[in-house]
Amino acid sequence: MLDIAIAYSRYKFLGNEFLTWLWFMIASDQDRLRKYDTDLVSLTVGNRLVLENTRHNAKETITIKGDNANLEEGLVALTKGAVVTEIHLSYKTGAQTWGFSLKGESLNISNLKLPETGPVETPEDLEGVVLEKVYLIEKVVGLVNNLFAHFIHLRLSNTWDNQTAFRIRKWATSK
Amino acid sequence: MGLLSSRLSITRYKVTGQLNGSVHETVYQGLKQHAIPKIEDDGSEATVGWTSFETPYTPDFEGYSFVFGNYMVFALRIDKKSIPPKLIQKHYVLNIAKHQANTGRHFLSGNEKKAIKDDVFNTLARRIPATPNVYDVVWEYDTGALWFSSNLKAANEALETLFIKSFNLQLIRLFPYTTADLVADLSDQERDVLRKLEKSRSEE
Repeated sequence: MLDIAIAYSRYKFLGNEFLTWLWFMIASDQDRLRKYDTDLVSLTVGNRLVLENTRHNAKETITIKGDNANLEEGLVALTKGAVVTEIHLSYKTGAQTWGFSLKGESLNISNLKLPETGPVETPEDLEGVVLEKVYLIEKVVGLVNNLFAHFIHLRLSNTWDNQTAFRIRKWATSK
Repeated sequence: MGLLSSRLSITRYKVTGQLNGSVHETVYQGLKQHAIPKIEDDGSEATVGWTSFETPYTPDFEGYSFVFGNYMVFALRIDKKSIPPKLIQKHYVLNIAKHQANTGRHFLSGNEKKAIKDDVFNTLARRIPATPNVYDVVWEYDTGALWFSSNLKAANEALETLFIKSFNLQLIRLFPYTTADLVADLSDQERDVLRKLEKSRSEE
């Protein structure tokens, strides 16, 4: 394996491309996402989307915030060569909903809001609540790992450049 | 922000290697040996150590209390003293003036000024209590998955250093490259492509 610090910088772009692909999949192919995660009812963009364009040796950052925000500006940025660097997601399975942010360069999860769990009223309640919380975190970590695995297999295949990247460009320009 | 908080941050890790002997006993010994001291070290700026998830201010790992089903749940505590720079400056200026009055000299050498500054810092560090920060760790030994409840660089670096010292196991942070390499089950051919991979043409 590569030196960790070198690998982090060298492959930052991969996380940003993953988030860009994920936004495209959320907007255009929920059925496929449901095949990737059979518990998934819906995955939607939440209240924050950050894009970055580093073309022409300049760094331009576009931040779109707010519930039900219009993401058109983000699509315009994509057509100019920007990539998604941070996305807030809402993940629903059955009656449960998770909200969390994902950063492209690190794949770190932040601002994670889990579905409600029972209160800890006695010391005996603690183990049950901890295991429930761990289960709920595992669902999000599993989702991220699962989606990234599907993305990376696609990204390393021959179809990325002539099919997927083309479809993402077409989607961004068609809106 | 810990496991029971309403909102939390998660940094994902992969633990590589195996412990010798009983897992719970070896982890217990590692936690106990590198637990945060119960009595505060007056002089040091920061103290780092393990503590228990349930009682982070009184570390206690007895009876394998860190075991929750298939998971081991404990916490990293970083006690840090934050001395406001303006407070240091105030005492430094006062001590310089005192030193000048005592010696009858108007000018002090660089070494004398540094010694006074160090003395001021150490005196204040002994008087100001450390602020504890607690970050939870969830470790599933069988799969090697470990989650840390912070994205802060300093806290993650402290975790990585203390983890290897305590358990002699490597902790690999999962970011895009390491997730691809360790989690995505790539074929040898895919690994070759990954090694040479550059930014997508559409994103350039």
